[in-house]
Amino acid sequence: MLEVRGVQKAFDGFQAVAGVSLAVARGEIAAIIGPNGAGKTTLFNLVTGHLRPDAGAVLLEGRDITGLPPHQVCRLGMGRSFQRTNIFPRLSVFQNVQAAFISHRGRGLDLLSRVDRLYRDEAEALLASLGLLERAGEMSGFLSHGAQKQLELGIALASEPKLLLLDEPTAGMSATETHETIRLISRIARERDLTLLFTEHDMDVVFSIAQRITVLHQGHVIAEGAPAEVRSDPEVRRVYLGERR
Amino acid sequence: MALFAVSLNLLLGYTGLVSFGHAAYFGVGAYTTGLLMKKAGVAFLLAFPAAGVLAGLCALVFGFFCVRLTKIYFAMLTLAFAQIVWAICFKWNDVTGGEQGMPEIPYPDLAWMERLPVVGDLRTSDHFHLLTVVVVALCFWLLRRIVGSPFGRILTTIRENPERAEFIGVHVRRWELLAFVLSGAFAGLAGALFGIFNRGVFPDFVYWTKSSEVLIMTILGGMGYFYGPAVGALVLLVLNQQITSYTEYWPFVLGTILIVLLFAFPGGIVGALDAGCRRLAGLRRA
Repeated sequence: MLEVRGVQKAFDGFQAVAGVSLAVARGEIAAIIGPNGAGKTTLFNLVTGHLRPDAGAVLLEGRDITGLPPHQVCRLGMGRSFQRTNIFPRLSVFQNVQAAFISHRGRGLDLLSRVDRLYRDEAEALLASLGLLERAGEMSGFLSHGAQKQLELGIALASEPKLLLLDEPTAGMSATETHETIRLISRIARERDLTLLFTEHDMDVVFSIAQRITVLHQGHVIAEGAPAEVRSDPEVRRVYLGERR
Repeated sequence: MALFAVSLNLLLGYTGLVSFGHAAYFGVGAYTTGLLMKKAGVAFLLAFPAAGVLAGLCALVFGFFCVRLTKIYFAMLTLAFAQIVWAICFKWNDVTGGEQGMPEIPYPDLAWMERLPVVGDLRTSDHFHLLTVVVVALCFWLLRRIVGSPFGRILTTIRENPERAEFIGVHVRRWELLAFVLSGAFAGLAGALFGIFNRGVFPDFVYWTKSSEVLIMTILGGMGYFYGPAVGALVLLVLNQQITSYTEYWPFVLGTILIVLLFAFPGGIVGALDAGCRRLAGLRRA
């Protein structure tokens, strides 16, 4: 589904991502972990077109998407949520999701029809599956942090992606919220037959849902494999798990 | 003037772009219609849409460069382009009349209105005012449709969060450019009407103070609301007339009003009214 081949990115001489390769198979739930500053978010930005890699290639379903702008990458079937919550705060919850439907279905240049009821059913069905339906009319900026993260997931899903990238989907959440979000994400991934790639710093989350883990450290991949293998890898224990226990 | 302000709001209030050179399109529209009607004797029915088209084209060319920049750089570039247009209007004596402007623009031929009941007996100038009201109402209706269309919804996502808008698949710059062109075209139409109403077109239509005047109108009235800028335009013009009749320090008074408004009611006049009504409704329910 997704293949990353030796991508590199440097900022002012600092090598943020130094030749990372990884592959995610269709239907897989994959995670990238690593300490702060390991290059996880930069790697995401390289994949989604927010940054252009200095070297290397990114392939989506075998198609070279290296250097394409984000809006095109999105249209090719990649959805994304951001680390810092990224919604449209002064639009209602419904409008947030509706806008994504409008854009995805190519109605964004329609100047004359009425927007009010457009894609209402689709948007409401999606909000219902996220448990946000009762709050559809609320201004999204006033939702709790957890609910905003869920809404962002909804915005990403409205583009009907095949591959979903989640950058720390539970960042800043309470233990309960984290638990709920994880259940939600794995349920949706199953229902919609999504391929999932996410970054996370919460080890419990990673080891509970990921089928495959890539460990990043200072811009390099230092380990890769099933959760059990990664957990017992001596290098990983030293640079990452060791620091936390 | 109200149409001018509402057209700016498509950019400012809905797309979140601060244009500091909106007078350029107002002026282009005014000069287009003025020139066509006075020098070429073209009928209003053709000269008026021509103003919208030419102002829109102008906005397309300028906007092409402007949307590549953001925030203050965007505002500065729109200002720079507007000043270029102003310089052309000011210096090109043979065509625009230069500093003197272009007085005595004829009224459109509205003789057919004399056959209408009730309004038929009015003077030509009143006929034109009537026509203006109808045309402006029509433009408002069109703009409202645009704001309430799927396109309008996408514009608000750009205002709220351009980064996220990109990643629902919106080519942000293309939408911004289209908003810029539409906004410019309607400003051009507003300029065309104002030129005739004013019985002349002058270079200060295009000067940067005009751009700031329309920004003030929009902020005064409330930029998040469709009719906010229209209210702002009305209030500004009435205040201007009233206050200048007994003090020459009109800009001082205006400045004070703006400061109070920005701190106390960031939603402008319409925003304050809206909040007031909601509070009243809330009290009644309680």
